[in-house]
Amino acid sequence: MKISVLTSVLAGLLAATTLTATTTPAHAEKTKFEFWYGLSGDLGERVQEACSKFNQSQGDFEIVCTSQNGYDTTLQNTIAAYRAKKQPAITQIYDAGTLDLMLSKAFIPAKTLMADNGYTIDWNNYFGGIANYYATASGELNSFPFNSSTAMFYYNADAFAKAGIDFKPDTWEQVEEAARKLKAAGYECPMGMSFDTWATMEQFSAIHNQPIATQANGYKGLDAEVVFNKTKFVDQVKFLKKMADEKLVVIKTKQLGMDVVPAFTSQTCQMIQTSIADHGTIGKTLPEGVKWDVAMLPVWKGTERQNSLVGGASLWVMAGLPDAQYKGAAAFLNYLGTPEMAQWWSTVTGYIPVTKTGFDAMKANGFYDKAPYKGRELAIASLTYTPTSENTRGIRLGGFTQIRKEVGTALEAIFMQNADVQTELDKAAERSNAVLRRFEKTYAGQTLN
Amino acid sequence: MDKRAVFRSWWLPTAFALPQLALIALFFYWPAVAVVRWAFTLEPPFGGAAEFVGLANFRDVFADPLYWNSVVVSLTFAFAGTLSTIFIGLVLALAVDRQLPGSGAVRFLYILPYAIAGPAAGMAFRFILSPERGLMASVNSAFPDFWNPAKYGSHALILVIVVFAWKWAGYTFIFLLAGLQSVPKSLTEAAAMDGSGPIRRAIDIQIPMLAPTLFFLLVTMMTEGFVGADTYGIVARTTDGGPNHSTEVMVYRIVEEAFRGLNYSGASAQSIVLIGLIMIFTFIQFRFIERRVHYK
Repeated sequence: MKISVLTSVLAGLLAATTLTATTTPAHAEKTKFEFWYGLSGDLGERVQEACSKFNQSQGDFEIVCTSQNGYDTTLQNTIAAYRAKKQPAITQIYDAGTLDLMLSKAFIPAKTLMADNGYTIDWNNYFGGIANYYATASGELNSFPFNSSTAMFYYNADAFAKAGIDFKPDTWEQVEEAARKLKAAGYECPMGMSFDTWATMEQFSAIHNQPIATQANGYKGLDAEVVFNKTKFVDQVKFLKKMADEKLVVIKTKQLGMDVVPAFTSQTCQMIQTSIADHGTIGKTLPEGVKWDVAMLPVWKGTERQNSLVGGASLWVMAGLPDAQYKGAAAFLNYLGTPEMAQWWSTVTGYIPVTKTGFDAMKANGFYDKAPYKGRELAIASLTYTPTSENTRGIRLGGFTQIRKEVGTALEAIFMQNADVQTELDKAAERSNAVLRRFEKTYAGQTLN
Repeated sequence: MDKRAVFRSWWLPTAFALPQLALIALFFYWPAVAVVRWAFTLEPPFGGAAEFVGLANFRDVFADPLYWNSVVVSLTFAFAGTLSTIFIGLVLALAVDRQLPGSGAVRFLYILPYAIAGPAAGMAFRFILSPERGLMASVNSAFPDFWNPAKYGSHALILVIVVFAWKWAGYTFIFLLAGLQSVPKSLTEAAAMDGSGPIRRAIDIQIPMLAPTLFFLLVTMMTEGFVGADTYGIVARTTDGGPNHSTEVMVYRIVEEAFRGLNYSGASAQSIVLIGLIMIFTFIQFRFIERRVHYK
């Protein structure tokens, strides 16, 4: 009696599992594969749109796109999924996670994937500055540049006019002068700043030809050490701190109630540094009729400006999946690379076209002359200002997310708690180097190829 | 004679317990073993060969001044959080227990915050108490920096403790109210006849009778403050550990090291230390405080 109850329960369970198992493959004529991305909100919806466009464009594959609500969570979830052997075919990894992926051996290089699946890609068509960021030392792409951006300087032209400023803020001297005039004209927040290091440290260092780390910012070896506490970046922080003390620079963070972008779109702050990817959002959010403009990041007078760094993310194809899925992944990546898709993607977001043909097509269409998109071409100009050099190729440091956090904390201590600039940056550098040494040990014996 | 159902065979009760045992093994013991293994190696994020490094991870943890900072922050957070939740819960429970008109409705209201997830509460309070945009903005414009959790570590710590207390006071309230309702009415009535007011009765009769409940809450709230999922959620959503590490509790540090820093091994070592600390605390609580608790 007891046994029969138990067996019937077990039998029921078995039946349930086999039933679901048999029903699923029945209607799977198309090959399904997964794509995880980190963008959310408005930009996330644009990714979904790209996915459905792909699904409608052909009948062999079906891409399932899932937002992981953030770049860092996408990396974390990809790692967790890979360890559980449930990885997506394609995943979107941000700039700072590039080295983590490169050394993981958990991906299929872009070139191999496309060659294996019979696509010929003109790899030279990618902008050098963009491709170099994601390429091996010999220049072969590991991942597909997808949403690329760089930092820009945004300013409220109406406020500039009211304060009687008749120049563009091209140099930091001019930024200071503009800030003083804005302050005199009664603006509470001439320039907004957060503790995000991307524009303040990384982009500043690149365009001023300053290293962030030895070994060509890490490209030449895992034994790189950070040096940001010994470069012009230190003077820059001192300058910004002096500006902040005079209330010419005002700190805007989530914790204080408002980040820099909302501070700019609510016209609280008149100048900010942020990504070109925010160009669309800022244009949409600022009230109609408000004149604003973007410029390349300012440099100090007398500096030979260098190209700025690529930000954003690239698409990685994860290893360990059935071949059929790779066919689909290759088809999708090829689809994204078509000039029409490249143009569509750059139009609906603020991201720059990653290929030369994409950019040329958009320029020929007069895209960059139209009102809401005007100024976006400056991002390309900034990225391609000079050929990439050791200091401007990119940053290839392990645990870079953590390093950003260390510097961010140092800035927090300096700007919020009046800590000494050099001491805090030295501390941040020391902690960053500990991160790098641990990373080096974790991947002992591996070299950058 | 009692009529009791007794299992004669050993395998049936085992079979009944098996799913639970399997769950415990799968979700508690297996991860714990993995954590121990990682703590002694350098685990690459994507897996693969990990080098055995002995106690190096632990040495790194103990040598880091910021780790000790997080221990102090955690202790402050757990003590202040526990005491304030229990105190608020107790005051509310004593008030509701008096059965004044409308106490049924407020009883329901007091429990509500407990139903809200820690990160959501943290997010809400970040806006409500933000120094430039929230409720305190007007006070701040009259007295600059009167309240600024983005600037002062002490304010930030108060902020996270307030969110914790706001959320968990409802939980202690439920237990304390239940405890109060089991205090014999004849005792409080007799005291009232003798002329003692509600506060006198609370101090002399009700609170001593609540000792077992209070002790239970002390242990659970301390543990929650140290390792609770809410603690991480609250800190991550309000202050993000800042300013300058001043709200970096131990759980926050562990999650950040593991998932932001991809330092699984260092985080595992910290987890083991934390587990050890919790064991010591619980031991102290049972050894020294429980002795003073009378269950009858």
